[in-house]
Amino acid sequence: MNAPVPIADARAAAREPHYNFAYLDERTKRMIRRAILKAVAIPGYQVPFGSREMPLPYGWGTGGIQVTAALIGPRDVLKVIDQGADDTVNAVNIRRFFQRTTGVAITERTDEATLIQTRHRIPETPLAAGQIIVYQVPVPEPLQRLEPREAEARRMHALGEYGLMHVKLYEDIARYGRISTAYDYPVMVHGRYLMSPSPIPKFDNPKMHMSPALQLFGAGREKRIYAVPPWTRVESLAFEDHPFQAEKRASRCSLCGSGESFLDEVIADDRGARLFLCSDTDYCRQRRGADA
Amino acid sequence: MSEPLLRAAGVTKRYGARTAVDEVALELWPGEVMAVVGESGSGKTTLLDCLSGRLRPDAGRVEYQTRHEGLKDLYALSEAECRLLARTDWGYVHQSPDQGLRMGVSAGANVGERLMALGARHYGRIRGEAADWLVRVEMDPLRIDESPRGFSGGMRQRLQIARNLVTRPRLVFMDEPTSGLDVSVQAKLLDLLRSLTRSLPLAAIVVTHDLAVARLLAHRMMVMKDGRAVESGLTDQVLDDPQHPYTQLLVSSVLQP
Repeated sequence: MNAPVPIADARAAAREPHYNFAYLDERTKRMIRRAILKAVAIPGYQVPFGSREMPLPYGWGTGGIQVTAALIGPRDVLKVIDQGADDTVNAVNIRRFFQRTTGVAITERTDEATLIQTRHRIPETPLAAGQIIVYQVPVPEPLQRLEPREAEARRMHALGEYGLMHVKLYEDIARYGRISTAYDYPVMVHGRYLMSPSPIPKFDNPKMHMSPALQLFGAGREKRIYAVPPWTRVESLAFEDHPFQAEKRASRCSLCGSGESFLDEVIADDRGARLFLCSDTDYCRQRRGADA
Repeated sequence: MSEPLLRAAGVTKRYGARTAVDEVALELWPGEVMAVVGESGSGKTTLLDCLSGRLRPDAGRVEYQTRHEGLKDLYALSEAECRLLARTDWGYVHQSPDQGLRMGVSAGANVGERLMALGARHYGRIRGEAADWLVRVEMDPLRIDESPRGFSGGMRQRLQIARNLVTRPRLVFMDEPTSGLDVSVQAKLLDLLRSLTRSLPLAAIVVTHDLAVARLLAHRMMVMKDGRAVESGLTDQVLDDPQHPYTQLLVSSVLQP
């Protein structure tokens, strides 16, 4: 995992001619693009779309894959990450899927990518204008746990009645003395729509605020697409006397020594020894490269 | 004040060929408690739903005295206005507290929900207000973090009342608030309701089949039969000198201890 992926190799991977470019047929892609345009026009609003059957099961990122497939072009450079890492099962499979169906260039470097599909993390390297990040979303409706009736939840969105979300945070503080929600932490987008940021750690929430990149969210099973356009306000919910805090371990990465990145805990042996590593493998590698 | 808080005229609701509520008219004045009595199926609850904006009547008008804009037709309000009214200026106490409470969250969160819906974002203050209301409905404020699942029926009903009154509404709709409770708990709850309606001041429409509830709580009462209001007047007057044969039957069928 230490050797950078030779990009030339990736380019060499030829596109399989049996499939349409990026797997989906052109009319489906247009349908998804229309949903994306609407989502960008109404930041944070969940746009329904006709989610297709994909050649992998729900929960593996079918929503994100369809959004990526609708956007990707032959000149794009694709990066796929799963929990911050480029080399885990979900990321490897989705990357290979797009290599086979599009033949586009792939990369592990955040700053080289034009299109990033992610599951559960936002890269540590700040995103730049012109980049698009696509999130895989299991549950797009932030109110689902609190208001199981979908029609009622949509009415609450329409009328901006979001007191219920604070009831949940209240309950957290009453029970644990602090807001214990650690991932999928609810946000208000552009001061209007309540949005689930997908199960990213709340450590990543501040990165969504006023990001220069376009952020798109796809939920395949729930058939919803939503978006945060560049330079949009994204505020994490909180109470005045219990403000939002991005959680961070006190430790440092054992490989690159970073004290700023989001860390994964790794059990090192049978005696309970543990070490911490950057969850963003590319960030960690760049730092080590710079040190050397 | 020269205008009523709530005015209904010709309210009619049909379910297919059957008429559940037939041309009912009433006026409720600020601070007044009105009881609607009648047997099961007489249209009491349907009338309450029509009056509280939950069920659009097929004919008739329901007007409410809004705080800033005078009498307004309820069914001409936008959905957003109507819902805002329902969670600020009104309360709705369900017969079964499970319907009116969020059983999954603590007592404090139940009471604080309306405050948070109105934009309260200070945890300490929300909690203080919730504890305050628990005391006012004679509950132990130390149980603020407990789930209503662990509460008795009487306590749940009290919690439901606190949850409704926290925004200091001017009008509360109650659908059989004491049925389903045992007799001594009923008496305590009625006592609480009576002191709350007096001290706040609070107008209320109480639907009940229990004449004792009407006598204890209500200034005025209305008797319904087959969807029609057959008799209405001051509570004591109706109960002591019933005019309509049905009211006479109702009054005479109460057991005298």
